[in-house]
Amino acid sequence: MTSADAFGFSTRALLAHRLRSSLSLLGMAIGVAAVVILTALGEGARRYVVGEFASIGTNLLIVVPGKTQTAGALPGIGGTPHDLTLLDAAAVARLPGVQRVAPLAMGTETVANRERKRQVAVMGATADMAPVRRLHVERGQFLPPLELGRGAPMAVLGLNVARELFPGEDPIGQVIRVGSWRMKVIGVLAHRGMQLGVDMDEVVVVPVETAMRLFDRRSLFRLIVEARSRRELPSVQPLVVAKLAARHGEEDVTVLTQQAVLSSFDRILRALTLAVGAIAGISLGVAGLLIMNVMLVSVAERTNEIGLLKALGVEGAQVRVVFLLEAALLSLAGAVAGLFLGWVGVLVLQHLFPKLPSTTPVWAAAASLAIALVTGVVFGVLPAGRASRLDPVLALGRR
Amino acid sequence: MIELRGIERTFVVGDQPVHALRGVDETVRAGEYVSLMGPSGSGKSTLLNVLGCLDRPTAGTYTLDGREVQHLDDAELTAVRRHTIGFVFQFFHLVPRLTAAQNVELPMVFAGVPREERAARTADALAAVALTDRAHHKPEQLSGGQRQRVAIARAIIMRPRLLLADEPTGNLDSTSGRHVIELLEELNAGGLTLVVVTHDPGVARRAERVVVLADGRVVERVRGSELADALAAVHAR
Repeated sequence: MTSADAFGFSTRALLAHRLRSSLSLLGMAIGVAAVVILTALGEGARRYVVGEFASIGTNLLIVVPGKTQTAGALPGIGGTPHDLTLLDAAAVARLPGVQRVAPLAMGTETVANRERKRQVAVMGATADMAPVRRLHVERGQFLPPLELGRGAPMAVLGLNVARELFPGEDPIGQVIRVGSWRMKVIGVLAHRGMQLGVDMDEVVVVPVETAMRLFDRRSLFRLIVEARSRRELPSVQPLVVAKLAARHGEEDVTVLTQQAVLSSFDRILRALTLAVGAIAGISLGVAGLLIMNVMLVSVAERTNEIGLLKALGVEGAQVRVVFLLEAALLSLAGAVAGLFLGWVGVLVLQHLFPKLPSTTPVWAAAASLAIALVTGVVFGVLPAGRASRLDPVLALGRR
Repeated sequence: MIELRGIERTFVVGDQPVHALRGVDETVRAGEYVSLMGPSGSGKSTLLNVLGCLDRPTAGTYTLDGREVQHLDDAELTAVRRHTIGFVFQFFHLVPRLTAAQNVELPMVFAGVPREERAARTADALAAVALTDRAHHKPEQLSGGQRQRVAIARAIIMRPRLLLADEPTGNLDSTSGRHVIELLEELNAGGLTLVVVTHDPGVARRAERVVVLADGRVVERVRGSELADALAAVHAR
């Protein structure tokens, strides 16, 4: 018997019971589709987070006031660290290997254009913030370089803030109130979305000195240090720590690399995707049981046919191959249908959550296909074995 | 062609041994036409299964075509069935999803006969049973007589030396039954050894020889033409 003949015989047997065959392969299809869709979702979340980080460059160091004493404690908890000041920022900027330093102050304040008011995040920044965080202005300009220690009553608005405070108006040159301060709008940021946990469309950026006075703070929120290149990042990190330790008299800052945060997020989300995929994979096992059930029914129903085949001189092994092939074809057809269903599901997902770059990882699609095929065959072994062992006399005798 | 010596076949039903065959001696010459008669439970079905290498005797020797087959294993018996024996059944046993041609082709598919050769042999076999125009019909589209002729074409497609027919007319009206018997006799005339199991004395007496079984033993051997109506009546009780 050639494989083409076996294939033809098995296919015809499956087509003779279209409803039953399609119902049992539907189980497999749903299982594969679940794997495809859920891993796409997990992968989408992972890529989204990774993309978020990548969007602000990977050669950054983030200096946070406060020292993590033990694993698990958050920076800033425990101990009273020295203030992280603009002078610190200036000192770090002079270190070799450092391209730029962007000091950052953060707070929340009411921003108003006459009677239009909004509570927004206010970022205190310098001119260097734009290149470091890859920010662009849609209109006007970003903060100009200012002398150290000098503030100025000027503000750059996030896109949504500008739209809401100045609907249908050009905000450039207008005056807004930030808390009790009056500031002139000099620019509007281009659309950026979430960045480092802050929606850049929903902020107001003011000079860092101004922000610190506004919030009455003496310490910066963060220092963002840009190394000249990613290769110099490992050598810059200890220099920054040493410099600040020398200025403060003790090591009281935490330096995070973008890379470390990124890779831990990456690991967590990969594990999550794998777990979700594995849970969906269980349904493939259930689908395998369904196929076994259908194959057992098929063997019982075709007892006469099997007896006939044996009387005609067909070997038990050939009977086994034919039934195994039927199980394999069922699960393969189910898996292919599932890949298609999953593809459609992912398209829907992409439509519903356009920000999430949902795509099924190739390994997940390949693994689900392989698992589907293997379960189909494994669960086909029992029915096929039963068929091959049927006694022809008894099988033919049954009507 | 067939030589049976002291064939016994015992089944165990529950705790009780049941002697289906109790020492059958019989010889069938190559090309002979033999009918096997006997009441229900006489052992004729068991004997047919033994003859067809579907079952092994508990004791005795069975020489088929010069070869002792009673001790062969399943795989060897399968090969014997494939190449030496053709079966025709009372209930036709056609595969319902396959066309007439595909049913006829089936033994060759599993025997690994090349595709081109299969097509030619199938066409010849269908022509031999006068069903060329029904080649692409499914069994459900065929009459009982046509189905049995398809089954006969299938039985001879591997060119066996022995044809075993189990009540071949049992499910047919008398006209179709006669056509089927005539077809089998034609094949026998071509040299094929033919053993027909039947209840019908009208069918049985057409054979050269009638072997009558009762209680697992051969009780009577007569020429077909001499099959007494009285014996037929006894058999039919």
